[in-house]
Amino acid sequence: MNPDTMQEVAPIEIAQPTEAPLSTADREPVFQTRDLTISYGKSVAVADVSFSMYNHLVTAIIGPSGCGKSTFLRSLNRMNDLVPSARVEGEVLYHDQNIYADGVDPVEVRRRVGMVFQKPNPFPKSIYDNVAWGLRVLGMKDDLDGRVERALTQAALWDEVKDRLKKSAFGLSGGQQQRLCIARAIAVQPDVVLLDEPASALDPIATSKIEDLIHELKHEYTLVIVTHNMQQAARVADMTAFFSLERTESGGHGVLVEYDETQKIFTQPADKRTEGYVTGRFG
Amino acid sequence: MAADAGRYSLTLSPRTRRRKLVNLLMQALATLAALSAVAVLVLVIVSVAQRAFGALTWDFFTKTAATFGESGGGVANALVGTIVLVVVAAVMAIPVGILVALYISEFAPPRIATATKLVLDVLNGLPSIIIGIFVFGLLVLGSGQAAWKGSFALAIIMLPLIARATQEVLALVPSTLREGALGLGASRWRTVVGVVLPTSIGGILTGTVLAVARAAGETAPLLFTTSIAANVVTWDPRQPVLSIPVDIFALSESPDPADHARAWALGFVLIAFVLVISLGARLLLVRHQKKLEG
Repeated sequence: MNPDTMQEVAPIEIAQPTEAPLSTADREPVFQTRDLTISYGKSVAVADVSFSMYNHLVTAIIGPSGCGKSTFLRSLNRMNDLVPSARVEGEVLYHDQNIYADGVDPVEVRRRVGMVFQKPNPFPKSIYDNVAWGLRVLGMKDDLDGRVERALTQAALWDEVKDRLKKSAFGLSGGQQQRLCIARAIAVQPDVVLLDEPASALDPIATSKIEDLIHELKHEYTLVIVTHNMQQAARVADMTAFFSLERTESGGHGVLVEYDETQKIFTQPADKRTEGYVTGRFG
Repeated sequence: MAADAGRYSLTLSPRTRRRKLVNLLMQALATLAALSAVAVLVLVIVSVAQRAFGALTWDFFTKTAATFGESGGGVANALVGTIVLVVVAAVMAIPVGILVALYISEFAPPRIATATKLVLDVLNGLPSIIIGIFVFGLLVLGSGQAAWKGSFALAIIMLPLIARATQEVLALVPSTLREGALGLGASRWRTVVGVVLPTSIGGILTGTVLAVARAAGETAPLLFTTSIAANVVTWDPRQPVLSIPVDIFALSESPDPADHARAWALGFVLIAFVLVISLGARLLLVRHQKKLEG
């Protein structure tokens, strides 16, 4: 059993929608996957995933280890291209364009779909340059100082670092480094930010700061977050997709079991497997 | 109870005593081997320094060889020659070496990367005289010797050293850093220039400096390419120049005992140069690592 699910005795507290009740009917889908299957060499990581992620919502992807959550997330900005053996079948539609179609440049995809990784990975540069580097690379050089300040402010880091912008980013704590990475990602004004277990390497206080930040960021960005922490999904996400591992004779691969409003997933899941997972009976 | 006392005894039994002896013996042998390696270096430096001492005069560094029959004179032309040779070789080898390393670590498919690494290792293993003959046939035959041709031969020796050392530090750059940069919408090349290279610059410098040290001491590639030089100090790479190792060889063949002393002195200069830059490279690496750790 996954140690993270051991403590799931207390009922999970679910974010109360602050705005009007959630409805995806009138929302524009940012990402739609259609029969998306991703394999590494001969082994299938995740198979036949079809669902939509909506504009200005936080979509969480939860599920046990090895169910292909991260692989799926990394297919949304073609990060899997970096793995030579990775193969993608099916479609990933980003505003109705297949990002795997011929002629699509992965670099263009990634500038619109930013990413924050599991372990904070600041560049070995100053705090300022960590945020400014992406801006310089993408030619967003006008008002560089202002853009850096705004990104750091949005990432709730400005007050902590404004007096030491020229110092190395490695001097920051893990939680600060992760918020710096978020600042770096949003500085270049992407459309979507993908978060791959962004708080799994952080302590609870740093984690709650990141979660507060996610609440703030969804007003401006569409967010997709992978997490193995179910309370986190319940706290931050509007929509939740539950992935699970389907055993086959050749090992097994991840599948999408259920996708619905977060509240539904955690209170009245339609699928037995989802129910088993969210109540902590398996993991 | 008595049996238990034997069972939990903490004193040595004959068998464990033997093991302990073997252990001590091997430890002593290993320590001795390490000491003798240090001793060899110390002996070489001390004996060269002793013999060099008398010849290390101001004239030695500033004058060229005296004309036949006269006393005095120095090796300024060989010193300048080595500087010219090494600088030109470094200018040729460093950019190519770094690009080769980048190709292996950032762009090549895994199989081709492995093959390229193997080729570099083979190139590194080629006897330097072979490289000398190759450059002689390629550049010298028919048109004569020149410093830059010697540099070209030295560059071939430096290339695999720089490329391999660089590639090894590039491999240490965490892939998460590359992903971070690519995730911002940076191209591969911008990622390499902006993030990967700055992260590994300390290691690259160290590898490069060590390659320079190695090239400065090479004799064989220079014999055919730049060894017959006028007895003047020249900074012109189009002219053949004398170099420290070739001059050591020439001076040691001379009948004049003063020339033998100068050969020792040149040897000392070469050792000092290599020592200083090796230590300097180490220092650079340590400083760079400290800076990276913030």
